[in-house]
Amino acid sequence: MTSMGNALVSVRNLRKYFPVGGVLFTKAWVKAVDGVSFDIYEGETLGLVGESGCGKTTTGKLILRLLEPTDGEVYFEGKNVFKLRGKELREFRRKANIVFQDPYTSLDPRMTVFDIVMEPLRVHGIRVEDPEQFVVKLLYEVGLNETHLYRYPHEFSGGQRQRIAIARVLALRPKFIVLDEPTSNLDVSVQAQILNMLKELQKRYGLTYLFISHNLGVVRYMSDRIAVMYLGKIVEMGPADEVFENPLHPYTRMLLASIPVPDPKISRSRRRTKITGEPPSPINPPPGCRFHPRCPHAKNVCEKEEPPLIEYSKNHFVACWLYAKR
Amino acid sequence: MSERKPLIEVKNLRIYFYTYAGVVKAIEDVSFTIYEGETLCLVGETGCGKTVTSRALTKLIKPPGRIVSGEIIYYSPRGPINIVELSEEELREIRGKEIAYIVQDPGAALDPLYTVGYQISETMVDHETVRDWKEAFRRAIALLRETLIPEPERRAKAYPHELSGGMKQRVVISIGLSNEPKLLIADEPTSFLDVTVQAQILELLRELKARKGLTLLLITHDMGVVAEMCDRVIVLYAGTIAEVGPVERMFYRPLHPYTTALLRAVPNPLQRMEKLEAIPGTIPNLINPPPGCRFHPRCPYAMDVCKRERPPMIEVEPQHFVSCWLYAKRG
Repeated sequence: MTSMGNALVSVRNLRKYFPVGGVLFTKAWVKAVDGVSFDIYEGETLGLVGESGCGKTTTGKLILRLLEPTDGEVYFEGKNVFKLRGKELREFRRKANIVFQDPYTSLDPRMTVFDIVMEPLRVHGIRVEDPEQFVVKLLYEVGLNETHLYRYPHEFSGGQRQRIAIARVLALRPKFIVLDEPTSNLDVSVQAQILNMLKELQKRYGLTYLFISHNLGVVRYMSDRIAVMYLGKIVEMGPADEVFENPLHPYTRMLLASIPVPDPKISRSRRRTKITGEPPSPINPPPGCRFHPRCPHAKNVCEKEEPPLIEYSKNHFVACWLYAKR
Repeated sequence: MSERKPLIEVKNLRIYFYTYAGVVKAIEDVSFTIYEGETLCLVGETGCGKTVTSRALTKLIKPPGRIVSGEIIYYSPRGPINIVELSEEELREIRGKEIAYIVQDPGAALDPLYTVGYQISETMVDHETVRDWKEAFRRAIALLRETLIPEPERRAKAYPHELSGGMKQRVVISIGLSNEPKLLIADEPTSFLDVTVQAQILELLRELKARKGLTLLLITHDMGVVAEMCDRVIVLYAGTIAEVGPVERMFYRPLHPYTTALLRAVPNPLQRMEKLEAIPGTIPNLINPPPGCRFHPRCPYAMDVCKRERPPMIEVEPQHFVSCWLYAKRG
């Protein structure tokens, strides 16, 4: 792939298969992530979009080594994260972190905000001079304050809980954060607050984000580049504006035609692309291009051979036989 | 819009929930009209009362909730009826027959133990709109065909778990349509579905509406769905109506500061946006809602009067109503 600054994270040929029917009596494999490669450059936000079951969350977890892969590598600052041990692994865990979707289950209900934010430091054995002052400062960063210090999660709204979860991640001064649908459970008015805050924090601390979401509006707002996933594969990847204004893959086009646009004149005058089918089960994905059963342009080759991910125009990649030469 | 016949008129509705923590004033003095043949949207964020309002239309409010006051006039084929005064038995004649619901989660709406054909038929048999089970099953297959389910004869014998999320929602829509309702209420019918499936279901609803001349009340939190589907919009905030108007007016000339803010907070996928405008603060607790206008603590234009008195509903231009002191003359 062409270089655009330094790759902080490099994903190479990543695969994760889950057994169906248990480890001992495996009947089939869910190919959640099936041969995915991409880079995330320092200071950027890479948006990962796709519908449920496309493997976007699994990809995020693999990058952080919260799951062990079936095959493939992830490099963080040039080191293979699946080979890290001991001190190096702890160092990686400090630098790379995650914010989950549901702020109702990701915070321990029996811990105060102070304990929640301090816990990562305790785990990593990091001492700070004045813990209270340290946490208060972080709380201000995420729009909370000292009055929240000794309260419990149930006293907060969804948006505030997500702020606490972000403060906890920031406590370790990370370089890279996986944001897994961080605003899907929030109302739009609150969602906007959190998204704006994440952007500001990114600028202030030079953070790198992998932003996972099914909401295309949110992904476009947040991302510099976007990767579109379908059934465990990346079908298209490129600069955000480029992917939205000049989508190449028929699936990306279908996705874009599907979203209801908050503008009645546009949404009613849009040419309606026929939208057909539903995402199939990743247990037995269709052979060849996985999108071919739903694709309006499917040809013979699509049913037989998997299209490679090629660079169609500068930095704009697509995996589709319409663009690839055999 | 030429002559419009009201189908339902809601007047000064109040719904409170009597909980241990206190009285939740879920709906406070809400009035609106649903006209025949239109698609009306109730839009708002969590806890604004959109679902409670829609359930009140057939008095589906269970304790500790109670309709405290107000009228719901339903212009039935037999003349106007006040739904609030009806007994359970009388309501059963209307619910699922003249006013039908489609709920958010199709998985929960269907009984896993019965075939979908049986479940569609059951509604018709219960309301005696068919002669017998045999006719009901025939109608059920026809309904599945109408909702664009492939191989309806085979699918009618399928159990819910054998169908995908989109298919289940089509079955739920078939049940809703089975007795040819006057009003179909769809409560977030696509929130559980993926975008490509959502688009198909919305398309189906639009088509069915046009073909059958249905009246549709659509409940959603998604401004995109509103823009795509509705003729008129009601914006709810914390149990009160902020604004009512035709869809284009609402999007291009919103009046209420809440509507304006809400529209600016939604990231538009078709546009590059530099900054979203967030609404400061959070939705109020309805046990102790703010006095005066319920939006005033978050409103950038809040004046003294907003903190004291509830703003009246004013018709700023034809059919475009707003409840805000910026547009009201006091006294």
